[in-house]
Amino acid sequence: MSHNTDNGVVEAVEGEQSDAARLAHDESQLPAHRPRRTDYDPRAAKRAERQVAIMFGLSAVFTILFVVAFVQVGTEEVLRIPFFGTFGRSNLYLGLTFGLATLLIGTGAIHWAKKLMNDHEVVAERHPLRSPDESREEAVAAFEAGAEDSGFASRPIIRRSLLGAMALFPIPLVMVLRDLGPLPGKVLEETAWKPGMRIVGADSGIAIKPSDIPVGGIVQAIPADLPEIQEIEGNLNSRAKDVVLLVRMNPADIVSQQGGTAEEPWDFNGIMCFSRICTHVGCPIALYEQRSHHLLCPCHQSTFDLADSANVVFGPAARELPQLPIMLDAEGYFVARDGFNQPVGPSYWERS
Amino acid sequence: MKTLKARRHRAAAPMLVLLALALIGVMYAAVGSATTASAANEVQGGVDAQIAAGKKLFAEGCSSCHGLGAQGGPNAPTLIGVGSAAVDFQVSTGRMPLAANQAQAPVKPVEYSDLEIAQLAAFVGSLAPGPQIPADADLNTQNADMAFGGVLFRTNCSQCHNFAGSGGALSNGAYGPNLRDASPREIYEAMLTGPENMPVFSNQTITTSDKQAIIKYIQNMQTEPSYGGWALGRFGPVTEGAFVWIFALGLLVAAAVWIGAKVR
Repeated sequence: MSHNTDNGVVEAVEGEQSDAARLAHDESQLPAHRPRRTDYDPRAAKRAERQVAIMFGLSAVFTILFVVAFVQVGTEEVLRIPFFGTFGRSNLYLGLTFGLATLLIGTGAIHWAKKLMNDHEVVAERHPLRSPDESREEAVAAFEAGAEDSGFASRPIIRRSLLGAMALFPIPLVMVLRDLGPLPGKVLEETAWKPGMRIVGADSGIAIKPSDIPVGGIVQAIPADLPEIQEIEGNLNSRAKDVVLLVRMNPADIVSQQGGTAEEPWDFNGIMCFSRICTHVGCPIALYEQRSHHLLCPCHQSTFDLADSANVVFGPAARELPQLPIMLDAEGYFVARDGFNQPVGPSYWERS
Repeated sequence: MKTLKARRHRAAAPMLVLLALALIGVMYAAVGSATTASAANEVQGGVDAQIAAGKKLFAEGCSSCHGLGAQGGPNAPTLIGVGSAAVDFQVSTGRMPLAANQAQAPVKPVEYSDLEIAQLAAFVGSLAPGPQIPADADLNTQNADMAFGGVLFRTNCSQCHNFAGSGGALSNGAYGPNLRDASPREIYEAMLTGPENMPVFSNQTITTSDKQAIIKYIQNMQTEPSYGGWALGRFGPVTEGAFVWIFALGLLVAAAVWIGAKVR
């Protein structure tokens, strides 16, 4: 065991080391304390004192200015600053004054602590966590006396009834788990689209004819029953699942579709209908490039080629956007020929 | 009586008529000055003359790519059936004539005068029926429902043009342009004709009043000050996040260094 005795404080103690000796030993390994300028130069100390007081004083000024700005500046007033643009005057002034008032209290306090408060290094001793043996023995004795007094071992009826109560106690905790259900059932597989359901504009709610959509045009659409379904279900789940996109392209540009026969095509003269819900994580898509026929998802850049069965050409989506077969009803408006033949939206556990 | 009558000059009556005509002319000019563009076209001759002038301009400036009959070429689409609205949009924003074959035609200084653009539009519009330049009444947003315009904008436009109309990237170098300087007429014509990669929003599905509502909403966004502070281009979390990561975190690091530094 080697001891540093350079500064003469540490005495080499044989055997047990006292706290004081350990403390002195640790302190001796610290770099020597160097006084700050404010410690020995009263003028520097006076200057630091002034600086701190100025910061606190400015903070008070900005607090008052905040109150003035709050009362005086209207929320509609506008301030133009070159390069930065046009601002709401009120927000700008309130933010600046409150921010500076807070900041100056902080900088003042830190400046005060760094320049003027005592900066002598202090070593704090860390003691062992284990309690002394006497305390441990005392605790065990107290527990045993309590157990003896309760008569847990000698009064079996109390013991058994308590064990029974404790055994039944978890049942309510398990019961409330039932409220996490019911299981979703077929909700994830099905949409509101049924054969013969009218396709109407998403915001306008008006029925759509083929002549309404020029080549290169798109229409965001919903099932005609959507408002009633929302009313019944009391939520927006149906809107989140059932939104579709009607898109028209030159029939010669269509490479493939997801289904349909010559007698019962899934499109109508180049007008096709696709689910708008991305098959990756379910963002609603409508970023359509009419020249490339690509539909891009804004969330993760999945790209679907609508001219080729809406297959994925780029991005993390794992499967094509489901196509809704369409036809015209007796009045010449678009209706669904059938529901979707696969679940719309992202993958889920039970999806085959 | 006779002397009085003799004092009146012989030309007094014709002069009075001329004066009245001149006054009416000045008043008409003052009232009609709001629609100078269309009035000027009519002054230049009938529709026939306008189409003939447009045909000449087209042969000089456009036919090298679009063909003498506007039938299109290997690198240029046919203009038969695109309508006068498409020509007005493309030429009045400087997108056409194209300077170079790029992923997308950028907005440039306009090459043609208003009159020449009207002549070109009349010529192309005469080739086949197509979307027409909107009338002033179509662009009147006085009674438009701005809140509904916002709903329509978020459903139909924000995917490419950003929630604040700041524009954004598409694929293969194309982009949705920002709408901060777009005039009501340009917005209307773009919806009607679907320039480049933009889909067409026909008047049957997005009606004229819907279009007016969208225009009113966009105009409001164009003039709205950024109450929340520096908008950083209104691109949302991308620029705002970058700013916070670089400048705000940098400031915090500097403050931490200052707090931890030893004082001498």
